[in-house]
Amino acid sequence: MITIVFYILSAITLGTAFLTILSKNPIHSAIYLVLCFFSIAGHYLMFNAQFLAIVHIIVYSGAIMILMLFTIMLMNLNKEDERHKPILSRIAAVVSFCLVAFVLLATFIKAQPALREYKVSGQDYQSIQVLGKVLLNDYMVPFEFASVLLLVSMIGAVLLSKKEHINS
Amino acid sequence: MDQAIIIEKGIFIVAIFAITMLFAMYETLAERKIAAWLQDRIGPNRAGPGGILQPLADGLKLFSKEEFFPATQNRFLFICGPAISMITALMTSAVIPWGSSLNIMGRDVVLQATDINIGILYVFGVLSIGVYGIMIGGWASNNKFSLMGAMRAASQMISYEVAMGLSIIALTMMTQSLSLSDIAAGQHGWRWNVLYQPVGFLIFLVCSFAETNRTPFDLAECEAELIGGYHTEYSSMKMGFYLFAEYASMFISSTVLAVLYFGAYNYPGMDWVKDNAGANIASILGIGVLFIKICFFIFFYMWIRWTVPRFRYDQLMKLGWKMLIPLAIANIVVTGILILFFDNNLHL
Repeated sequence: MITIVFYILSAITLGTAFLTILSKNPIHSAIYLVLCFFSIAGHYLMFNAQFLAIVHIIVYSGAIMILMLFTIMLMNLNKEDERHKPILSRIAAVVSFCLVAFVLLATFIKAQPALREYKVSGQDYQSIQVLGKVLLNDYMVPFEFASVLLLVSMIGAVLLSKKEHINS
Repeated sequence: MDQAIIIEKGIFIVAIFAITMLFAMYETLAERKIAAWLQDRIGPNRAGPGGILQPLADGLKLFSKEEFFPATQNRFLFICGPAISMITALMTSAVIPWGSSLNIMGRDVVLQATDINIGILYVFGVLSIGVYGIMIGGWASNNKFSLMGAMRAASQMISYEVAMGLSIIALTMMTQSLSLSDIAAGQHGWRWNVLYQPVGFLIFLVCSFAETNRTPFDLAECEAELIGGYHTEYSSMKMGFYLFAEYASMFISSTVLAVLYFGAYNYPGMDWVKDNAGANIASILGIGVLFIKICFFIFFYMWIRWTVPRFRYDQLMKLGWKMLIPLAIANIVVTGILILFFDNNLHL
């Protein structure tokens, strides 16, 4: 039963991901990407990671993709005026994606022992209580760095929009 | 045993769906009646005694209207728009605790479709995808007024979601749980959250007006500037679905307000009733109390609609970003300090 659900979800994830790249209309691409994000949230739910699934939906489908759709609609990219990208940048994109995938794989393999510890101790490691404790005790410094990074990018965005305003 | 749970939940879900639909139907009548009352008119009174059959007549009219499609290449997305709005309006009710458990034939029936431990985030997630219905429909209409309406709706919802999330953070700091059933149970008797979080409640209330696209925040369908906003090109039951979704989400957001801040199914003296009349009677009374609170909030929505005029767009953004968000952050800080000082007293 669970295997069948997994295969259906995977088919949806891969299909919508390909359609995101292949469809000519940017709005259709964005909508396929939203569907892709939803199916990824479904994968999280299959691991019983409810918090992760919901946060994924709120952040990616609910905020980032809406802003993306917003921009595409305002820019009115209906015409297929896609610029041709040079071969070199395409190769660079593929290589950098492979490297990121490699790093992710390494992290997940390293994360396995920690998971086993939780499984042995019988704690509900998917619950927000455990997640919050781990995030603010064991991974305090990276967590704070991430928040500083977000703050810096936010201030940067505000600064960029301000400058344009003064020039015009 | 497993089958019994499936049947129980199935009946419960169908009942919730029916109640939501019934409420949405009669909200349309209530809106017109309340508008008439506030403007010293009589209101609809022709269909049935006191206009009680008016919603059915409206539905029949919408169904029998011509189905019109604008010149667009996105017929599928055009149909998807109202459908998504309707689905997201109905999805939230899955995590609402409608009452404490009932004891029917020796079985404890929990009056909640599903008790996930992140219920409040689920409500928030469904809310954040609700804007897709308006955006996709507005874009697929191939009409610049519809697109403008959709843009306004999207930017407004994103802006007010931030303040809403921040006000919920202050609430969860006190309740120590994200599960709606825990939050409801924690407000036993008179300990309603609104007494501990008045500022948070105010922010949440304003934001839920913005999220349901009701006046004074209904810039998405501002008739004077945008014809009909995002549903300009819609006709027949597709437009009916957009309007119906607004009323359904009004019912649901009234429910969320009642559950989070106004004590859900709790009422003063519920222990006395439980001791003297039995748990079932107390529980049924609790459901009645919850629905009274919901009706009050629905009335409040309509009262505001016919009292306060629509904001201008820059006023809307200023209120969201420059007033509500700083206020919500200050509320979080103050709540944190108070919890630190009076930890034992505030422990709900």
